[in-house]
Amino acid sequence: MTYQSQSVAKPYFIAALGLFTGQIVFGLIMGLQYVVGDFLFPYIPFNVARMVHTNLLIVWLLFGFMGASYYLVPEESETELHSPQLALALFWIFLVAGALTILGYLLVPYAALAKMTGNDLLPTMGREFLEQPTITKIGIVVVCLGFLYNIAMTVLKGRKTVISMILLGGLLGLALLFLFAFYNPVNLVLDKFFWWWVVHLWVEGVWELILGAILSFILIKVTGVDREIIEKWLYVIISMTLITGIIGTGHHYFWIGTPEYWQWWGSIFSAMEPIPFFMMVVFAFNMINRRRRNHPNKAATLWALGTAVMAFLGAGIWGFMHTLSPVNYYTHGSQITAAHGHLAFFGAYAMIVMAIISYAMPLLRGHGATSGVWSQRFEVWSFWLMTGSMIAITLFLTGAGILQVHLQRMASPPTPFMETQNQIHLFYWLREWAGLFFLLGLILYLTSFFAGRKNLAPSS
Amino acid sequence: MDPGSLKIMSEQFTKTTARNIFIGGSLFFILLFLALTMGTVRALPQRDHRENITPMVALGKKIWENNNCIGCHTLLGEGGYFAPELGNVYQRRGGAQGGKEFIKGWIQSMPTGIKGRRQMPQFNLSEQELEAIAEFLKWTSEINTAQWPPNIEG
Repeated sequence: MTYQSQSVAKPYFIAALGLFTGQIVFGLIMGLQYVVGDFLFPYIPFNVARMVHTNLLIVWLLFGFMGASYYLVPEESETELHSPQLALALFWIFLVAGALTILGYLLVPYAALAKMTGNDLLPTMGREFLEQPTITKIGIVVVCLGFLYNIAMTVLKGRKTVISMILLGGLLGLALLFLFAFYNPVNLVLDKFFWWWVVHLWVEGVWELILGAILSFILIKVTGVDREIIEKWLYVIISMTLITGIIGTGHHYFWIGTPEYWQWWGSIFSAMEPIPFFMMVVFAFNMINRRRRNHPNKAATLWALGTAVMAFLGAGIWGFMHTLSPVNYYTHGSQITAAHGHLAFFGAYAMIVMAIISYAMPLLRGHGATSGVWSQRFEVWSFWLMTGSMIAITLFLTGAGILQVHLQRMASPPTPFMETQNQIHLFYWLREWAGLFFLLGLILYLTSFFAGRKNLAPSS
Repeated sequence: MDPGSLKIMSEQFTKTTARNIFIGGSLFFILLFLALTMGTVRALPQRDHRENITPMVALGKKIWENNNCIGCHTLLGEGGYFAPELGNVYQRRGGAQGGKEFIKGWIQSMPTGIKGRRQMPQFNLSEQELEAIAEFLKWTSEINTAQWPPNIEG
C-alpha cells in the first residue's frame, strides 16, 4: 500500500465478503426449495429468497468494484484519494440502505413494501433484479454519483493511465445505464426491451471494462510486465467486448415481442462474444509466462488466472451454448439459462473481486505482500473448492436443463412444467450438495483472513 | 504459443492504434444499436397490440409487479425458473373458454399446503385485482413472440 487513503478499500472488501456469504446462504435455501417445495414456507417464499440471493450478488459486486477502485486508482494516479471521508460516508450510507432493503424483503410482504415505499409515485419495483424499492434505487444513484465524483477527481489531479481511464469509463457506463431502471412503461414489451439496457449492457458491456481494468492492474503488479504491453491488450480486449456485446444484446430480443430480424443480429454478434473472453485467457497466461518477477502472493495470481479461464468457460462457452436463436428457441428460460448465469457471474465477476481482495488485503492489513504461508494455503484450497463446486453446480444444472428441454419442449406429447420438475429432482439434489461444498470453500476463504499474520518475506 | 508470434505483440501495432479501434468500434456499434432500436420501436405497435392495453391491463401489470410474480414465474421466458411460464398461461388454461376464470380461481386457492410441494403464497387480491391480472395475462398471450414457446406447456 503506497497511499494512506487506499485504506478506505478495506471496509468495502469486508462488507463485500459478508454480503457474499449471505448470498450463498440464500442460494442454499432456494436450492433446497427446488426439491423440498415447502421448505421455510410461508416465512421465506421462493421469490423472496431469490430476490435476496440476486440482489446481494449485485450489491456485493458493487462493493467489490468500489473497493477495487479506491485501492487501485490512487496507486495508478500516484496521488491520494480526493476525499477518503466521502468514501467512508458513502460506504455507511450504501451498507445501511442495502441492509434495510434486504430486511424489508424478509420482514414484510413485497406488496406491503411497495406500498410503504410509495411505489405508486414512480413504479419501478417487481422486475427481475430491479426489485429494489424506488427510494433504494435513488439511493444507489446518489452513492454512485458520489463515488464517481471521488474517483474522477482523483484521476484528474494525478497520472492518467489507460487502466484508470477505462475503469472510470466502465463505472460511468454502469451509473448511466442504471438510469434505465427508472423507465417502466405500461407496455410489457417496451419494458422488457429497455430493462435489458440495464441488465445486458451491464454484465456483457460496461462491467467487462471494469473487469478488464482490475485484471490488468493485478497482472502488472504480480508479473512486472511492461505497462505498455498490458494496456495495449486491455484496449484490444475491451474493443472486442463492445463490438460484439452491444449488438449482442439482440440475443435477448428473440422472443419478447421484438421483430424477427433480431434473431440474425443477436445470433451473429453474441456468437462472437466469447472472443474477448478467449483473448483474456491468452492475455493472462502470456503475461504470467513473460513475468519479470515471482510475486510471493501466489493465491492472488491464481485467482487472476482463474478469473480469465472461468469467465471464458461461463460467459463464453456456456453463453455460446444457447445463444443461437434456433437453439435458444428450445432453451430460453430453462435451467440451461440458470447454469450459464451461475458460471458466468462467478467466473467473471465474483472471481475478479476475490482476486483483487486477495492481492490487496495483505497490503491493506500491513502484512506485506502476503499474509503468510497459512493464509496462502487456505486461499488456494478455497480457490479449488469454490471453483470446482461451481463447475459441478453448472454441470448439474446443465443436466437438469437438457432433460427439462427434452421433456417439456421437445417430447411429444410435451410434459407439463411441474411434472418435468419432478423428473429432474436428482440433478437438483446433486446441485444442492455441490452448493454445500461451495459454502465450505467460502468458509476456507474467510478463514484465510483469520489465519493471516504479518509476513515480511522479501517482496519484489 | 510463442507470444512473439501474436500480432498484438508486434511493434507496428501501437497502443494508439488499439485505442482508436476501441473508440471507433464502440461508437460505430453504439450508433448501429441506436438505429436498430429506433427501427424496433417503430415496428412494435403491430406486434404488441398496444391498442388493447386497457386500464385493467395496466392495473394487472402493476399487481404483477407489486407482488413480485417474476420471482418464481417466467413471463416470455424471463424471470424465475421455479414455477410455470405465464406468457401463454391464458391459452394453456382454456383461452376464451375459461382461461381467465382458471387464472383467478388458481390464485385464490393458493397455497395448496400439500406437504413437500412447491407453494405459491396467498396474495389476498380483490375481485377487481384478480380480473386485472387475468386481463394482463390475456393481453400478454396475444403478443407476437415469433412463435415462442415451442408448445403449450411453455
